[in-house]
Amino acid sequence: MQNGLLAVENLYLHFRATRGVVQAVDGVGFDMGRNEALVVLGESGCGKTSLARAILRLLPRNVQTYSGEVWLDGVELMGLSEEQFRREVRWVKISMVPQAAMNSLNPVVRVGDQVAEPVVAHFGLKKEALAQAKDVFQRVGVPVDFMSRYAFELSGGMRQRVAIAMSLVTSPDLVILDEPTSALDVLTQANIMNTLKRIKKEFETSFILITHDISTSSELADRVAIMYAGQIVELNDAPHFFPAPLHPYSQKLLDSVPRLHEYKEPDFISGKPPSLLNPPQGCRFAPRCPSRFARCEQEPPMVDLGERRQVKCWLYPRWER
Amino acid sequence: MNMDRNVAAKDGTLLAVQNLHTWFELRKWGFGRAGFVRAVDGVDFELPYGEALAFVGESGCGKSTLAKTILGLYRPTKGDVIFEGRKLNEFQGREMQWYRSQVGYVQQDPYGALPPFMSVHRILEEPLIINGMKSKADREQRIVEVLEEVRMTPVEDFLSKFPHMLSGGQQQRVVVARSMILRPKLIVADEPVSMLDASVRVEILRLLRDLQDSHNLAVSYITHDLSTVRYFSKRIFVMYAAKIIEKAPVDELLGQPLHPYTQALLTAIPDPDAENAVTFKEVPPGEPPSLINPPAGCRFHPRCPKIIKDLCDRQEPPEFEPQPKHFVGCWLYR
Repeated sequence: MQNGLLAVENLYLHFRATRGVVQAVDGVGFDMGRNEALVVLGESGCGKTSLARAILRLLPRNVQTYSGEVWLDGVELMGLSEEQFRREVRWVKISMVPQAAMNSLNPVVRVGDQVAEPVVAHFGLKKEALAQAKDVFQRVGVPVDFMSRYAFELSGGMRQRVAIAMSLVTSPDLVILDEPTSALDVLTQANIMNTLKRIKKEFETSFILITHDISTSSELADRVAIMYAGQIVELNDAPHFFPAPLHPYSQKLLDSVPRLHEYKEPDFISGKPPSLLNPPQGCRFAPRCPSRFARCEQEPPMVDLGERRQVKCWLYPRWER
Repeated sequence: MNMDRNVAAKDGTLLAVQNLHTWFELRKWGFGRAGFVRAVDGVDFELPYGEALAFVGESGCGKSTLAKTILGLYRPTKGDVIFEGRKLNEFQGREMQWYRSQVGYVQQDPYGALPPFMSVHRILEEPLIINGMKSKADREQRIVEVLEEVRMTPVEDFLSKFPHMLSGGQQQRVVVARSMILRPKLIVADEPVSMLDASVRVEILRLLRDLQDSHNLAVSYITHDLSTVRYFSKRIFVMYAAKIIEKAPVDELLGQPLHPYTQALLTAIPDPDAENAVTFKEVPPGEPPSLINPPAGCRFHPRCPKIIKDLCDRQEPPEFEPQPKHFVGCWLYR
């Protein structure tokens, strides 16, 4: 695809656990362009965070399978050695704001020094680092004199901005945000989403936003990926997705969002997501799906419907492509 | 239970809260006084039998403290909680136990609220034993009944399970079942769905609503999420910095919010729509004030876009009623 920044193909990440193999990321593929924001939506435990960690190769020790292809700017990342990956990719080209980052700031280091640290570590620039940190503080809307404060002297919203500043300080092409606003208040959340939108516009940064909050995700999304039980079941552009999602799971998920500004009775999905230890054969959503039929016992392929719409469901047969 | 000091409640009011203050003392060096955190600072309202009421506010605005004061878990510093015409402060011993059987509590985090070493059966049986249901057969019957009410069927499949064997939604059903088992008149639900996934959330809210209808329960529903309120309650109270700043019926509050803070909340909460990505939201800057030294005058004035100089920053606004049954604490409506 033109102007492509990141392409992921057939990514697998399985973990060993006491009761078997957890198939957290199971054959995931997507691509995204420059200055695009991709939102990965799904319920808790569907493998969203594992997907982020697989892309950044931040893996725990109990990995069983880790395979697939990750292309960034035409370079295949899975082939790089650990040291090369650390030097050339992590935090240089792709950075991440992990979940609950605002509570993981070092309590005994001034936040300005913490934000400057990636620059020192990756480029060895001590003097410029603080200047860059100052610049990035302004970008995310933290007063510059907060640089000499400690994390506990800041409010939750300010700490989250500091965590975002840290991911932006090396001017990466892609920033992965894992639930960046889920612990924050409504007004603070709206403020931070405004900041992210501004950064995306002014600095042409690309974002992968991982969240379960569908309403808030629409504030940033250009493109939406719906994950269910370790797999992506739908990829769609936001203007297509929010009015008319394709996959039955996406439809149900969107129906379950309570609306504030219009009256619409929300629905819910009965049953619960399958265990990733032994996911069901065939379509993984079939046991909860209102429109399942005989074919759903086999695993559906990802069908390309054109206009960058892809869906993993038998309801969209190949001849409609 | 037999009551000797039962004063008849006036016109169907189940719970009345009058001028309630709950302050927490801050200490210096372990004993010196260093001030107070004014978590609830002058709250008044009445809750009739069978009505669902929602408290909406951001974290740290005192809504959970209010819930716990109503439940009798915190002692109010000043003011009264009056249940069926009787003051909570004056309850002693057995009366407090009776009160606790009349008021159910649905906690925020179902996993944290359920003891991990007790089976569903034991969790539900304990309150019955404590409240003197002697016959085992009666207890079994009530447990089955309440589990059917929260739609955990077939009941036999769940009785012997431990909390960690249940999904988040099922755990929250057990918490609801436990709060219902003594047939209370009031349920206090403190963020009952905020820890659950979107697809389960609506299911639990609908369950609470059905229970409220069928048992004529009064519910005080505490949440930070305005968008879930519409499907649940009749009236909304908006809290900001330990005070209730706006009280109104749901449709009025959502359709025509009066307080600048409520207006900001409503603009800030998005509905899923791709349009959101291309527009910026008008959001007041800053953060809610500290409850140790709240600002003088209206507590929202430092962030308010419609501030009236020399009034809002000096005098605290009283409660105005610009429209019938719509109360607002804001000088704009004087």
